[in-house]
Amino acid sequence: MNLPRSLIIGGFLFAVFLLAAILSFVWTPYDVEVLNIAAKLRPPGATHWFGTDHFGRDIFSMIMVGARTSIAVAIVAVGIGIGLGVPLGLWAAANHRSWLDEVIMRGNDLVFAFPSLVIAILITAVFGPSAINAIIAIGIFNIPVFARISRGGALSIWTLDYILSARVVGKGTLRISAEHILPNIANLLIVQGTIQFSLGILAEAALSYVGLGAQPPTPSWGRMLADSQTMISFAPHLALFPGFAILLTVLGLNLMGDGLRDILDPKIRRLRQ
Amino acid sequence: MSLLSVKNLCLAIGTLEILRNISFNLGKGEVFGVVGESGSGKSMTALALMGLTPGFAITSGRAELDGTDLINLSEGEMCALRGNQIAMIFQEPMTALNPVQTIGDQVAETLIIHKRANRREARKIAREKLNRVGLPAEQFPLDRYPHELSGGQRQRVSIALAIALRPKLLIADEPTTALDVTTQAQILDLLKSLVAEEGMALMLITHDLAVVAGIADQVAVMQNGEIVEVGPTAQIFRQMRHPYTRQLFAASGHVPARDPQTEDAPLLTVTDAVRTYAMPRSGLFSRPPPFPAVNGVSFTLNKGENLGLVGESGCGKSTLTRAILGLEPLQGGQISLLGQPVGPKMPNSLRSAVQVVFQDPYGSFNPRWKVARLVAEPFHLQPNVPADWHQQVADALVSVGMVERDMDKYIHEFSGGQRQRIAIARALILRPELIVLDEAVSALDVSIRAQILDLLADLSDRLDLSYLFISHDLGVVRAITDRVLVMKDGKIVESGPTGQVFTNPQHAYTQQLIAATPRLPDA
Repeated sequence: MNLPRSLIIGGFLFAVFLLAAILSFVWTPYDVEVLNIAAKLRPPGATHWFGTDHFGRDIFSMIMVGARTSIAVAIVAVGIGIGLGVPLGLWAAANHRSWLDEVIMRGNDLVFAFPSLVIAILITAVFGPSAINAIIAIGIFNIPVFARISRGGALSIWTLDYILSARVVGKGTLRISAEHILPNIANLLIVQGTIQFSLGILAEAALSYVGLGAQPPTPSWGRMLADSQTMISFAPHLALFPGFAILLTVLGLNLMGDGLRDILDPKIRRLRQ
Repeated sequence: MSLLSVKNLCLAIGTLEILRNISFNLGKGEVFGVVGESGSGKSMTALALMGLTPGFAITSGRAELDGTDLINLSEGEMCALRGNQIAMIFQEPMTALNPVQTIGDQVAETLIIHKRANRREARKIAREKLNRVGLPAEQFPLDRYPHELSGGQRQRVSIALAIALRPKLLIADEPTTALDVTTQAQILDLLKSLVAEEGMALMLITHDLAVVAGIADQVAVMQNGEIVEVGPTAQIFRQMRHPYTRQLFAASGHVPARDPQTEDAPLLTVTDAVRTYAMPRSGLFSRPPPFPAVNGVSFTLNKGENLGLVGESGCGKSTLTRAILGLEPLQGGQISLLGQPVGPKMPNSLRSAVQVVFQDPYGSFNPRWKVARLVAEPFHLQPNVPADWHQQVADALVSVGMVERDMDKYIHEFSGGQRQRIAIARALILRPELIVLDEAVSALDVSIRAQILDLLADLSDRLDLSYLFISHDLGVVRAITDRVLVMKDGKIVESGPTGQVFTNPQHAYTQQLIAATPRLPDA
């Protein structure tokens, strides 16, 4: 099969960071929790590939461990969104035009109506800054996204004849949703999943930047950016590397989402042929 | 001199030849019918003339419209010609119009684009054209939106749009296929009178031989990208020199051999069935008025009988079907199958007695399942899936003319006719007493339709099945049913033995339906 170029490039970028994150569990060039003031603010070079920060920690190692934090937060947040949003959306679609549909979707609108990052800041401020609270805050705002997508996709499939014939053989809405609807909206969910994943990484970086994400000594890209702020004039590498890490991961995920949409969406696939 | 002269028109995509040596002449004020089955290249011919073929297609040959060669024109020159000299009407009146523009604006738009008129004049001309196609100003002001019109009325707007600039050539691609028979007759009459009065040429593309027989001066029969036979209509139908023409003709009027054995035992009884839907509320606090989609329908279907239910769109046949399948409750009356009441809460054992085949062979199957699982789906109705389910699926497939190997394929690997066979296999798997065929052959080409009708007739004889055959196509109903019900506005207006109803219709509506149905000339 002829893969779209965006999928290949995006997949490669994301794979690099994913591998770095996995590798960080077993090996990093230096221990990120050990301070070495003597070697502080070294520029990038042979011993420290990306240089060191003001505590003498190795930036390259911190980027690797930071990738772990970002990806873990985003995966769980998207998981919450899919795990709760998709069933809600399917449930609403199965009860289209009933009060239940209205209640679910208006509830979604309510969540949508709040600026997500501000509420995430509120949640973490109230319950204390931590990676777990950041995950929950980001996850909650993924729920309506997936609920809407799955309801929209499901509604168009509910009108098809094969659903009617499943009803003729006595299948209930739960079984039809699981057997017929879900596999046929999976493409929509995968594409939206990659987009939400990149948004999750951005949100985690933003929360860490204001100090409400993962707490020290766990490195995270957002806090590395925040820490580097005062030193940007004489040690720009402190800001550049985490900045590029965020940029490239998000870019990679967005390209992947684009490429997946090209493969999975039959309408676009037909246009390409 | 002919208006349009096409010589050796060829079209290829890559190495695949789509059209081969298409040649014909079309004179002013003439109707040229192009008949063929799907994939024969009839629509592609029209698109090639309009310069609307996909960019990577290679077109060669000549097609002269009044001395201008259409094939070698640039896109810019073609744009000036489209709508102006050649206009086109499409099949689907529901999607051919822009839903957010008023009908007046859409008709006026062509005039403005081709700089024939300013906005005020354009609207005046649009009004005249809409009057001309039978949409008078009192009922159809220019500021109506497409969704406020019926299918036939929308098709009239499409025609008004096409004739706004008085084109020399009008191409109509299946213009009446999506319409009811009575509406179809009106639209064909309109097209015929437009050709006569405005002196333009009409190229009418259709799969329906009977439509062409009634209106065309010349007919071309297409198969696999070639014109196999072309000539004056009467001559073509009289002589039928090419075997494919004979085959098409035979398939169009095909009547399967049947051996009806009706017992006098009622299988399905419908008594005073009423099903109403709530209409949109007229005010904030008023109760929504009920709309009776099915209004006091009663009939009996005996064991072994093939019963036809005929009616135009919106007559309530789909609603009635859903009620008979036990998917929706009735507000009044009763339906009983094998003596037990039918409804959303009916037991699975009773559900197994009635199965269904739908119209659309493309929407009837979950594209992500293999055929084995698709055909086995009705086993859900049984307490346990039988141990030999695999063998039963294979048998069902073989009985509808498929092979066992097909079980491991996905549905997109099959053609429309094959899919309909698989749908029938799915309906047969539980050995039901009654199969509801909801427009089951309407979407198929005539030769495939003939095969499916043969299959259905054979199955009903062999397996002692009863059919409720729901269709808008009188010809098909006549071919396969013993008794027929005619439905209009939620009521059965006439019923009786099929032959009798068709030869001697009593109700005015039945007479109107039969008169509107295009007929093939007798061979």
